[in-house]
Amino acid sequence: MTTPSTTVKATGSSPGTPSGTEIRLDRVTKDFGLAAPAVDDISLTIRPGEFMTFLGPSGSGKTTTLNLIAGFETLTAGTIALNGTDVSDVPPHRRNLGMLFQNYALFPHLTVAQNVAYPLRERKVPKREIARKVAEVLELVQLTGRDDNHPSQLSGGQQQRVALARAIVFEPSALLLDEPLGALDRNLRSALQAEIRRIHREVGSTFVFVTHDQEEAMNLSDRIALFNNGRIEQIGTPQQLYAEPETLFTARFLGDSNVFELGQAALGRSIVWDGESWGVDPATVAAHPGVRAGSAIVVRPEDVEVAARRDEVPPGANAVRAVVRDVEYMGSYRTLLLAMGRRGLPGRTRVSPLRGDYAIGDEIVAWWRPGAQRIVAA
Amino acid sequence: MTSTPEMTSSPATASGPATGRRRYTKVDPIPWWLKAFGGVVVIFFILPTLFVIPMSFSDAATFEFPPRGFTWRLYENFFTNPIWLDSLGNSFLVATLTAVLATTVGTAAAVALWRMQGRVARFVRTLLMVPIVAPAIVVAVAVYIAFLGWQLTGTVLGYVLAHTAIAVPYVVVSVTGALGGFDLQLLRAASSLGSSPSRAFVRVTMPLISRGILTGAIFAFIVSFDEVVLALFLRSPVFQTLPVQMYNSVTVEIDPTISAASSLMVVAVTIIFLLPQLLRGRARRR
Repeated sequence: MTTPSTTVKATGSSPGTPSGTEIRLDRVTKDFGLAAPAVDDISLTIRPGEFMTFLGPSGSGKTTTLNLIAGFETLTAGTIALNGTDVSDVPPHRRNLGMLFQNYALFPHLTVAQNVAYPLRERKVPKREIARKVAEVLELVQLTGRDDNHPSQLSGGQQQRVALARAIVFEPSALLLDEPLGALDRNLRSALQAEIRRIHREVGSTFVFVTHDQEEAMNLSDRIALFNNGRIEQIGTPQQLYAEPETLFTARFLGDSNVFELGQAALGRSIVWDGESWGVDPATVAAHPGVRAGSAIVVRPEDVEVAARRDEVPPGANAVRAVVRDVEYMGSYRTLLLAMGRRGLPGRTRVSPLRGDYAIGDEIVAWWRPGAQRIVAA
Repeated sequence: MTSTPEMTSSPATASGPATGRRRYTKVDPIPWWLKAFGGVVVIFFILPTLFVIPMSFSDAATFEFPPRGFTWRLYENFFTNPIWLDSLGNSFLVATLTAVLATTVGTAAAVALWRMQGRVARFVRTLLMVPIVAPAIVVAVAVYIAFLGWQLTGTVLGYVLAHTAIAVPYVVVSVTGALGGFDLQLLRAASSLGSSPSRAFVRVTMPLISRGILTGAIFAFIVSFDEVVLALFLRSPVFQTLPVQMYNSVTVEIDPTISAASSLMVVAVTIIFLLPQLLRGRARRR
């Protein structure tokens, strides 16, 4: 290390003490020279010790943003600061950030113990200390006794545990996780999710997690930044993003939704969709600068009730007639796939198996309370 | 020499799916005529050796086959005559230095071209192959004219530089082959763990492509060790390599010691070639 002063030091001391690094992105842009910038003027502050997830479809810029934080890509514009220190021009090996990759990226020529010891050896930690820390961290990821195995002798889940151990053993300022569970099967994935959550609690450092899997994001995160076309569409807690989507994209990306596009309809006390007149609860209008006239009404399937006739709908509820297109049996509940209104807009609702039988072709009335709907920008 | 790329890439792919190759033969068996043709080619390559080695033990004063009697006399000649011994030493010195230099340069070039990708990299890689395909005599004359001006003819440095130029492509081919299975993500991982690019090369890249590097080094050594055309041009009365001395011994003096020298050369080169395989076998057993 020629210029140790630029090395970013971890604020935390040892695992167990809650600590973390603030990561601040200020007007960050990355342009690969394609039609549109991969990352387009993003500003974002990740709080110390926070579990932040970058969620979005592929090509939305979430991985590029992570690579910019890691230092694998150079910024086109903007700055990135760790705990207030501008690291925009600091090479990745001096940023002191741990990184987890989708394909594990373990060194195949080294054993488990040597892989985990790698970052400590690079930091010239004394031999005895290395042995102690390696044993400690392998216990933390529940992988003791495999020290002398080579990565190829381990399962995918075990390999990712080794990679996790290697990425946290040197107490990095923050841990960056690039779709680390993408290559694992479903059961293993949920087991490792729990593991990652536990380790986040125990280590207490800042985690930045990239995924395209909304369930994974909901499960793990303190906050989610939802990416779309190189920008952050919305940022907030999982509950906020699910219950209070600000844009149609957010509403559609997280969970299932019934979406009624409103076109030119004006937003007043009531709105009209396909001949139906619906009430509006002012609290359901997203406080987003993009929303003026209502753009779309979003209702979650679990908020949609089913009535056989219109006179069974409680007063004040918003209703629309619908035809049952299909019934999906999900165990604890059933999903009705609907064709709503005159145009047969696809929709869905959840009903309890106790609530009678529905057959394909049944004509019903779907209804919900105005407080359950959300009016968002298109 | 056209078969060289396959020969160099085989150690790199050896770790890959050998089963795939076996399955292929089951689906599509090798026809008898191809086996026969292969046999003829093998004989064609090995036959001269089968003549030379018995002849090296011959009692006759000139070349004769079948050999008469049995004696170590030619080997005695070889190991007591300072002209033969010196040229052997010179050859080892030049080949060793060439191997070191060509491996360093060739590995660096292969890694750089691998990182660059793209059209420029492909062009440069092709350019690096030119010394293999260019006629040796053309290269030799060009080198000779240039080195005369720089007063490098007859010097160790001159030999090493000239041999390095023709040895580098072999190193580039074998190292490029080894890099084929290398995961670039490992270098990102290394840098996230605190390795500077040069440290990552030493601790990650090099161990993983060591087989390609070793193969390249062996090729470079042998290319230099048995190179005769360039060496003929560069020789001086006080410094010549073993192949040149062998050439002299036939054209100038008709000295049967050459059959001992040839035999030694064949054996030495064969051992060097087999070295990586022997090492690999040992590593596997461990």
